[in-house]
Amino acid sequence: MRDVEAQLTLLVEKIKDLKDFSQEQGIELGKEVEALEKKAAKLREELYANLDGWQKLQLARNAKRPTALDYFNLIFTDFIPLHGDRQFRDDPALVGGIAMLEGKPVTVLGHQKGRDTKENIARNYGMPHPEGYRKALRLMEQAEKFHRPIICFIDTPGAYPGLGAEERGQSEAIARNLREMASLKTPIINFVTGEGGSGGALALSIGDCLLMLENAVYSVISPEGCAAILWKDASLAKDAAAALKLKAQDLSEFGVVDEIVPEPKKGLQDNWDLGLPAIKEALVRHMDLLGHLPLETLLQRRWRRLSSQGHWQEEE
Amino acid sequence: MALFRKTKYATMNARPSAQTDIASKCPSCKTIHFKEDLEKNLYVCSDCGYHFTLTAWQRIGITFDDNSFQELDARLTSLNVLEFPGYDEKLARAQENSGLVEAIITGKGRINGEPAYAGVLAPEFMLGSMGAVVGEKIARLLDKAGSEGVGAIIFSASGGARMQEGIFALFQMAKTSAALSRLNDKGVLYISVLTNPTTGGVSASFAMLGDVNIGEPGALIGFAGPRVIQQTIGQTLPEGFQRSEFLLEHGMLDMVVPRKELKATLARLLRFHQGGGRR
Ligand SMILES: [Zn+2]
Repeated sequence: MRDVEAQLTLLVEKIKDLKDFSQEQGIELGKEVEALEKKAAKLREELYANLDGWQKLQLARNAKRPTALDYFNLIFTDFIPLHGDRQFRDDPALVGGIAMLEGKPVTVLGHQKGRDTKENIARNYGMPHPEGYRKALRLMEQAEKFHRPIICFIDTPGAYPGLGAEERGQSEAIARNLREMASLKTPIINFVTGEGGSGGALALSIGDCLLMLENAVYSVISPEGCAAILWKDASLAKDAAAALKLKAQDLSEFGVVDEIVPEPKKGLQDNWDLGLPAIKEALVRHMDLLGHLPLETLLQRRWRRLSSQGHWQEEE
Repeated sequence: MALFRKTKYATMNARPSAQTDIASKCPSCKTIHFKEDLEKNLYVCSDCGYHFTLTAWQRIGITFDDNSFQELDARLTSLNVLEFPGYDEKLARAQENSGLVEAIITGKGRINGEPAYAGVLAPEFMLGSMGAVVGEKIARLLDKAGSEGVGAIIFSASGGARMQEGIFALFQMAKTSAALSRLNDKGVLYISVLTNPTTGGVSASFAMLGDVNIGEPGALIGFAGPRVIQQTIGQTLPEGFQRSEFLLEHGMLDMVVPRKELKATLARLLRFHQGGGRR
């Protein structure tokens, strides 16, 4: 891929030179430029189709992608936000509520990132505190009571590493969600739309169907963190991104992702209108499928999904 | 892919000690203790009460009645499914240095006569990190405890999820927590003993989910490591932050129990829940 990148850089330079030359000399070179630009576009497509883990991560983190609240408002109708964990406070990094999907009520939850610095500070960059996970569990238990399916939108760098978060039991809040979601008596769809960051992402990831957007990633640790811990050098994050196999495509090959939802060419960030219908279609289809399973089957299936994760060998 | 990597490991009876020298220095008060004295004192500093980190077999030795512990699932070994650079070598080195096959020993034994299933994380094996083998062994352990109605105890000592196993390591948090949900359905006791250190993905899954959570004195317990937090917030952390006593004060542990009283405490709790399981 590095070759393609180098070729493209050369080509872009060449096009610029040609244009400059044509202007300076007053020579008509339109056809030549056009041919080269076509070639460049093709290379760009090729590059996009073969992005590595690090490049995907940059796309997944792109601030122009839709956030949870965008999805709630654009894919669903009649979204009613619900707030608070009833214990400490309302965590703005994790949002939720109820909404209609094709006329059926669902509970929606998601990590909420901001679009600019000011918004991001207010949203804590989409990194929840324990009260965020506790709010999520409260809303999920509410969904169970009213037999509503749950759809979780996952996009977070991770749980927030801070004093208050530890004091109030970040570990306990995440762990409880994992345990309770495993037996929650209603269908749960888990949809990684951007950055699936470790335990903070996992706390919304237990369910019956794991979907990922084409440019989303999901990892046990950020590549930066992995490189710093393992190789004592955060600048090796690119290598860590490759080693962690965090792309939706890698995870699909491992069989942990049920479906990759395609994004428009070059990514969802610049073309919401083109991308959102495919997302809605996938959500409606899976909700429908899961909705037809008897509860007993649904829960057995969920346990099998959870308990079959991982590979080992057992010698005689 | 190294699917059929042959592993060399010592027999399950190998019981390496963390302190192989004749004497050990207390990391807290710097007093030098003879190994023999330290062992007699359950690896607790007689001067300042510092609790040395135990190897898995040391833990089993001081917890279970003599010759009562029978190991389960001793032949489960890890695979490098991600083909993560250096992981095969790291596993081989960990096996050689620790004499263990993986970062947990599970089994069944008796504590002051009370039967119990137990999982003991091994900090001497890749810092007790949780990959697929640790997750699977815990799931099997809890399943057996559930079907027999015998209480389960997990002694945690772990840096968290094992990053070399990528997403599968993360999912072991979900798998072990789900197994505890099934144990709950069966009404069987689960005690979590959090020892130094219990952090990351282990802390944020089975370690925090005990019917009773017990911390060893001074153990570091938390989701994020202190260094990461310090870097994030840019200020020094308060004294005692993320230690057992701090967690007790903040409502995350039921009790902090000195090592000398731990065995008796576990036995009492097991006795309370004897004949567990919903009838
Ligand atoms: Zn000491």
